[in-house]
Parts: sequence; structure tokens; C-alpha cells
Amino acid sequence: MGTESDVKAQGAGLWGWITERFPIDEMLREHVTEYWTPKNFNFWYIFGVISGFVLVLQLATGMFLTMSYKPSAAEAFGSVEYIMRDVEWGWLIRYLHSTGASAFFIVVYLHMFRALLYGSYRAPRELVWIFGMVIYLALMAEAFMGYLLPWGNMSYWGAQVIVSLFGTFPIIGNALVEWIRGDYYISDITLNRFFALHVAVIPIVLVFLALAHILALHKVGSLNPDGVEIWDETNERGIPKDGIAFHPYFTVKDLFYISCFMLLFCGIVFFAPTLNGLFLEPPNFEPANAMNTPPHISPVWYFTPFYAMLRAVPSFAGTQVWGVLVMFAAIALLFFLPWIDRSPVKSIRYKGPITKVALGVFVVTFVVLGVCGMKPAVGIYPLLAKIFTVLYFVFFLLMPWYSRIDSVKPVPKRVTYHAH
Amino acid sequence: MRIDKLAPALAALAVLALPLAAFAEEGASFPPAGNDIRNRASLQRGARNFMNYCSGCHSAKFVRYNRVATDLGIPDAELKANLMFTSEKSYETIKIAMPAEDAKKWFGTSPPDLSLIARARGSDYLYAFLRSFYADASKPTGVNNTVLAGTAMPHILADLQGVQSAVFKTEPGEGGAAKSEFEKFELAQPGTLSPEKYDDFVRDTVNFLQYIGEPIEVERRDLGVWVMLFLLVFTAFSYLLYKEYWRDVH
Repeated sequence: MGTESDVKAQGAGLWGWITERFPIDEMLREHVTEYWTPKNFNFWYIFGVISGFVLVLQLATGMFLTMSYKPSAAEAFGSVEYIMRDVEWGWLIRYLHSTGASAFFIVVYLHMFRALLYGSYRAPRELVWIFGMVIYLALMAEAFMGYLLPWGNMSYWGAQVIVSLFGTFPIIGNALVEWIRGDYYISDITLNRFFALHVAVIPIVLVFLALAHILALHKVGSLNPDGVEIWDETNERGIPKDGIAFHPYFTVKDLFYISCFMLLFCGIVFFAPTLNGLFLEPPNFEPANAMNTPPHISPVWYFTPFYAMLRAVPSFAGTQVWGVLVMFAAIALLFFLPWIDRSPVKSIRYKGPITKVALGVFVVTFVVLGVCGMKPAVGIYPLLAKIFTVLYFVFFLLMPWYSRIDSVKPVPKRVTYHAH
Repeated sequence: MRIDKLAPALAALAVLALPLAAFAEEGASFPPAGNDIRNRASLQRGARNFMNYCSGCHSAKFVRYNRVATDLGIPDAELKANLMFTSEKSYETIKIAMPAEDAKKWFGTSPPDLSLIARARGSDYLYAFLRSFYADASKPTGVNNTVLAGTAMPHILADLQGVQSAVFKTEPGEGGAAKSEFEKFELAQPGTLSPEKYDDFVRDTVNFLQYIGEPIEVERRDLGVWVMLFLLVFTAFSYLLYKEYWRDVH
């Protein structure tokens, strides 16, 4: 670049003027038109792009909601109803945003499951995974703070319960809780700071983390369902034999899958926006009321697996902090996946029966814990929660051992792909 | 079959299981109210019932009079003559004159705003609640309710329904202690409406409450059909585009 002939090659006019001063051409080549992507991506590889799509959707709808929302304890609930009733298309924007929150977690959980299936976190992709996990943490913070903003009764009591978890820490607990709330109870002050964090700080963090996630991925290249490195087999031009350009091949493929996603998503937005009380809970149609506790407080579905673990651990030595520690440990363990998976192969396709059974049990565990966390802690649920909390930890803590001793099948040199 | 080929089906099942789990979560369930938010005549009757029987004590502070009139096809003159009993302007929301402190003094609590009651409790619950008042001399209002025991609300519709008495049967509970369980209602004193007409009256009222809970509901569903049709066509074309490009990939 920089020489006269290059400038000519890039064309004159405005585009030429820009490309001479800004590396837009190089960036597009590196990340889009000449990002060599394994051609054997299957269904499980669509959720990364869809997560990005939902992120943009949340940023856009969130911006419009902010224009009419009032972040004060006196006005918040009413301003949401104002959006739902009086603002032109406000109801659509609000439902897109509230459904988007749940959709975000659905696609992120499926995206993470893909990593478990095909070992996407294995070296040299540890940082891709770590950035992804930090995104997941930021997303949880974003969702939790956003859930307080409508100032419904479940918003209020959900926040009350979750924030008070920090009070279980010895010595610093009470001070910590006061510091988070900025008050002695969940109040106008809490609402205001959660609003600030929800609309300004965390979204920026999320966007930068998402960029870091993609840059880290593009540095090491995408893995694929066979878990073979496509860069090991390159052609005479130095391009992976099994790699195809991200654009146009994956842009058109993702366009199709995004429309499929939109079909499901709009089905919920237009025909069941509360999804039977799962995405918008009935008590949240009553304004926050410190004197009126809902009969059964539970977080929104995407937190319930961890909430179930929290409740499954009994108090011990006069403190309930153990449940909180178990809950944090359940998430912290995920960070170590790249190092506790000792299998000589990456993809589930070439792993042995022990790993397949373990992963199957883990999926069941996560779903059962999610259901337990939604239900009141009565009947069979506390027992189920205890059993499956143990299974959750067994899956990770025994992984260094079972992933190493499990049998493996031979991994092919090239990816397996059948043309359409 | 390879495990990762089976996986999309498993994932779809897991996603489908979530709403089912929520379905099972609802504690007490009530027989369906059988109301229809597309039935405009029913909604108009419901609006009449609401303004005449509910709005004396209950506000609907997020609901504008003129929005109701527009959505339900009620002419302006009729709105002002038959549905607005206060000096409010038609663009204002449905408020009540009763101060909250007085309500507390009289009923022990202030009557809840009804804008979102159908979304918070469900239409079926409201339908059951309004049909489940029974005479109970031990209560200050003279009535109790099997759906919401000890409710502070008097039976404002007693003129229409009449007075029910509740029949309880005694059953041996756990540990031998006798447990009294609700069995059925008996109409002790008939009202001005037959039981069937009273049920219709309540159904219309609940229908209106569901409408004010989410005035956009009908439009949302109607628009949704067009959105889905558009997306189906778009998905079909994007599929063809995808297949066209991927023909090159071997």
C-alpha cells in the first residue's frame, strides 16, 4: 500500500481517498472476504453470529427504550406502561428487548455447548474461550441490572434476594451489600445506579469484549466439528484446502439461519411475549412493593441453574456463604475448561463413550437444575437440586481424569464434508 | 447416528421444555374464563360494567378514556354520556376520587389499580374470583371469597348475582385433625341476573380487564401473522441464495 500503483488499483474517488488513509480494505480482507473458514461448519456454528445479531438488537431497542424510560422509583413502572401504551411502536420495542434478553441467553448457552461438543476452547484457542466467559459474566450482570429497571414487584424482590447474597460473606458482607445498593434497601438510588451500569458501562464493555473475542478467534482461526486444524493442509497459494471465504459463503449461510432465528423470535414477540410467565413474570405486572413479597421469588430462567445450586447447599457453621461460594465456583470452573480437558482429540466425534455419556449427563444436569431453580424448594426439588449440583461438579472435577483415559478414534487429516 | 447429528433435535427439545416447565409452575389453576378479546360487543359491555361497578373504587391509571373509545368503536358522545362519570377530559386516564388514606380506613387496604390486573393474575383467576363470593357473617363486609380468602373487597355485584352460601365438607386431614374443604356454592338468595347471565356479565368484565391490560394485544397478533408470512418468504429466498452460493463448495 502507499505506492501510486496501489492507489490506482484500489480505485480513485472517495473510496480510494478513504483506503489511502484508513485500513478498511485490509480489515475487510482479514476478517471478512479472506477470513478462511472451515467449510464443514454444521448447525452448531450459527450461534456465534446470532449472539452478535442479538447484541445489536439489544443495543438498538435499548436505545429507543431509554428515550422514554424514567429511571426513578416513582416513575419507572409507569414509564414502562407509557412505552407499552402511548409511545408509537413502543410495545414492539419493549417486547423485542425483553424477548431479546432471554434469546441472548438461549443462543449463548447453545454457543457454549458447541464449544463443549467440539473442544473449541482447546489450545491455541484458550483466550477465545476466556473472552467468551467474561462476555457471559458481563451478560449476567447486564441482565440482572436490566431486570430491576421495570420496577415491578419481581424486579424488586429478585434484586433484593440476589444482592443480599453478598451479605453472606463474613465481616465485609453487610458493608458490601450497602455499597452495591447505595442504600439500606433496594431504593431509588439502587435503581439509578443499575440504570447507569445497564445502559452505559456494561454495554460498552460487552461490545469491546465481543470485538476481543472475534479478534482472538481470527488470530488463531476457527476450529470445526472434526477438530482438525485446516491450516495444516494449505494449497499452493497458502490458503487452507478446507477453508472458504467467510464472505460470501458464511454471510449467505448466516443470513438464512438468522431468518430462521427471527421466525422463532418473532413468533414469541408477536404471539407469546410473556412466554407463559417465563420471559415476563406475572408478579412483574405489579409495581415494586416493599410491603408485599411475591409468594414465590425466583430469578428469570437463565439464572435458575445457578440459583438451584445456591439453594441446594445447606448452611454450615452458622453461615450460608457456602451456597454462594458453590454458585460462584460453578461458573469459575468453566474458565478452566481448556486445561482440564486432557483428551488427545478435540471433537466429540472422535472421543470415546465416557466423554459422550458425561456430556449427556451434563446437559440433563443443567436442564434439571434450571427447572429446580424455578420451582419452590418443596417436594422432590431440593433433593434433585442436591444430586444434580454434585453431578455438575463431578463433570468438571473428574474431567482431567476421564478425558485422558477415554478411548479415542483416529482423527482424519482433512475435515469431513459432503457437498450440498 | 453421530451424537452431534442428534444434538439439534435434543437442543430443540430442551428449548421446548422450558415453557412446559413454566406451564407446570402455575400453582392453582382455574377453569378457563372463555373470554374473547376480539369480541367487540363483549368488550363494550365489559367497559360499561367496569365503569359502572368497578371504577368507583378501582382506578385504571394507565388507561386513557379515548383510547378505549377508539379501540372499542365507541362514539365520543356516547363515551362522555355513558362511560365518563367524572369531569375528566377524554384524553385523561381512569382515576378515582377516593383518596387512598380513606380507602385504607374503610377497607383496611386501598383497592388495587386494575390496569394490569389481568396480566398479573390472569383472566381465569379474575373470572373465578368474581364468581366465588359467599356469605360469611364473621367478615366486616359480610362476604368471603374462596379464591382469595379474607379479601377486603365487598361483593359489589351481589345485586346481580344474589348471595351464595358455601358448602364445606369435613374430611379427616393428616394426623386425624378434621379438615374443612370447600365443596360447592348454593344460591341462597337469587339476584337480578340468572346464574348464566351473571357468568356472561363477569366474562365481559374480565374480557375488558384483559383488554386494558394490553390494549395492543389484538393488533400485535394480527401484525404478527404478516411478520411471520414475510419472514417465511424471506427465509425461503435466503435459503435459495445460500444453496446457490454453496454449490461451488466441494
